[in-house]
Amino acid sequence: MTVIEKIQKICPEAQVSTSGDTIVTVPSDSLAAVAEALRNDDQEPMDYLRDIVGMDWSEGLGALYYLESSKTYGRVVLKTVARDRDEAWLPSVCHWWRTAEIKEREIYDFFGIRFIGNPDMRRIFLREDWKGYPLRKDYDMDSNPLNMENEENADDTVEYYLKPDGTVEGHRNILFDQKDFVVNIGPQHPSTHGVLRMRTSLDGETISRIDPILGYIHRGIEKMNESLTYPQTLALTDRLDYLSAHQNRHALCMCIEQAMGLEVSRRVQYIRTIMDELQRIDSHLLFYSCLVMDMGGLTPFFYGFREREMILDIFEETTGGRLIQNYNVIGGVQADIHPTFQQKVKEFIKHLRSVIQDYHNIFTGNVIATTRLKGVGILTREQAISLGATGGTGRAAGWANDVRKHHPYALYGEVDFKEVLYTEGDSFARYMVRMDEIMESCHIIEQLIDNIPEGETRLKTKPIIKLPEGNFSASVETSRGEFGVMLESHGDKTPYRLHYRSTGLPLVHAMDTACRGNKIADLIAIGGTMDFVIPDIDR
Amino acid sequence: MEVKKKTAIRSMQYDEFKNNDYLEQMVRDLNRDGAGIILGSVDDLINWGRSNSLWSLTFGTSCCAIEFMALGAARYDMARFGFEVTRNSPRQADMIMVLGTITHKMAPVLRRLYDQMAEPKYVVAVGGCTISGGPFRKSYHVVNGIDQIVPVDVYIPGCPPRPEAFYYGMMQLQRKIKVQKFLGGVNRQEKKPKDMDSND
Ligand code: SF4
Repeated sequence: MTVIEKIQKICPEAQVSTSGDTIVTVPSDSLAAVAEALRNDDQEPMDYLRDIVGMDWSEGLGALYYLESSKTYGRVVLKTVARDRDEAWLPSVCHWWRTAEIKEREIYDFFGIRFIGNPDMRRIFLREDWKGYPLRKDYDMDSNPLNMENEENADDTVEYYLKPDGTVEGHRNILFDQKDFVVNIGPQHPSTHGVLRMRTSLDGETISRIDPILGYIHRGIEKMNESLTYPQTLALTDRLDYLSAHQNRHALCMCIEQAMGLEVSRRVQYIRTIMDELQRIDSHLLFYSCLVMDMGGLTPFFYGFREREMILDIFEETTGGRLIQNYNVIGGVQADIHPTFQQKVKEFIKHLRSVIQDYHNIFTGNVIATTRLKGVGILTREQAISLGATGGTGRAAGWANDVRKHHPYALYGEVDFKEVLYTEGDSFARYMVRMDEIMESCHIIEQLIDNIPEGETRLKTKPIIKLPEGNFSASVETSRGEFGVMLESHGDKTPYRLHYRSTGLPLVHAMDTACRGNKIADLIAIGGTMDFVIPDIDR
Repeated sequence: MEVKKKTAIRSMQYDEFKNNDYLEQMVRDLNRDGAGIILGSVDDLINWGRSNSLWSLTFGTSCCAIEFMALGAARYDMARFGFEVTRNSPRQADMIMVLGTITHKMAPVLRRLYDQMAEPKYVVAVGGCTISGGPFRKSYHVVNGIDQIVPVDVYIPGCPPRPEAFYYGMMQLQRKIKVQKFLGGVNRQEKKPKDMDSND
């Protein structure tokens, strides 16, 4: 029985649409039943909720649920519409997928849909006194002028529940009460890797709760996308997770190319794959430098940046940019590779292989490092899946979630590489995953660098691109997890909705689970090994 | 009138800098009531020290901050200029380097940090985002230029600026500091609360 048949068995009125991605529309009343059945299926448990995408359709507000099975890697998309626009309610699915706790808050913040059963219905990115819901189509862009008042955060929140007579009522949930000792960390803190703010309550030195406050770098990219043409939307992807700039842009280009039915040349595939892997090494080197610096060691910072500069030189010669390269375009890449590209890359990999042992000598075996990382901040495999903590964080807990392996794109289906897996799920395992991945990336590049075929580097496209109607999506493995592009086109030259699956949002959400019961002194190290980049979370 | 000393920074000569007219105008304004010889010499000494040990408050919100980190590493080595000490407390910082987009939610925080810094203080706006909102100018949640919130001394354009551009901007700030009169008022530009009352 296919997934769709299973859904139709539970909910006969489910409709299937196949323009672009296959999407199953279920009425909001049946959503909970369908979710439960899919989640608890024996053969193909849909236990990984990739993302929930809020939507403002003309028929009403609603959401798309992107599901995947960690067993078979099968995927399915559910669609549901809330009945009433002014009083939009949907059932929460956070009992089956914990990641929904935070994603539903995002949708509430942007669309004003409230979720029945979600224990925490506060705004997440915008100020608590923000007026209106910016991603609704009728939002007035001038309705919230700059407010220089300091923001006060509430210590409680509201949870909605359905009463037997069918009406909805809210009750207060306490986040921090009078007796709690709350330490505020951020938003301007050197070791939170950006402008993350965490309200941390302590019991002695032990962390009892972390409440992340996001939005300090919320730039409204998804709303801006709706008024940009497709080639224009590309520029903003580099600035989301700037340490995965190539990969993010790769995802969006793939998604648009797939919708247009455009096939890029083999040469482009090679170049994109190599660039993605160079970017991954770049990011992991920075991860190493920052983690060690956060833990008090300065020398390794200089090691990491020494090698990183070599990658940036290679990027710069070909693309013109160091940090933000703006290299992938629809139909190919901006310009052909520099004549010395191949030689420089090979020299770099040779060099990296010769110095990587120094990295391990100075830090990995260090007794302080191991005591502060081993057995600390444990996230189990089940927790990682339920929280949607992809990338190195999930793989450190034994969840094989590498998009390159399980949903291959570009040339990943043809190259030989190992998916690095650990089982401990602690900070040390997360650190080791990244260090090992550096070597795997080198291995991938070595297989490709000498065989780049001749071919077009950029297909001609019209200056104005119109996509056919439908929903399209693409996902890639960025330096820190699965990055997804979810696009809905209504046939115009601008997207109707262009949403990005943030890699970092689930990781920040996972901090509460990973840190509870640990000491506050380990908080920064746990956060460092989670390896999030905040602009990607806030979008 | 000429700038009293044609400030060169390291091997950059006076004429190699752009915007010299701005500095000259500033010196003219400062010296309108004449320049004191003794105080002036003490000023020079203090300014020499101030300009070569600019401690910045790290205020990196996004991409531009990563380029700032590259400045701290071995290749670009900002220790050559005396900027390598970054402070995490506004009380200990001479200037604030705003690296990255400033959003509506962040704006009050930035203002508060600025207010917490001790005089004399400077603001460097790095990257398109801080100058005008940059690529996010049309967004509903991005401040279109931090000069709406805090006074800016130096703008460093770019998205992100190259490390060389950072240096150029920082050298411009050093030059500005070198011609200021520390004893003549820059160390207490903000009015005391009681003066402010009398103005109302
Ligand atoms: S100016 Fe460009 S690089 Fe700098 S923060 Fe803004 S988007 Fe990022």
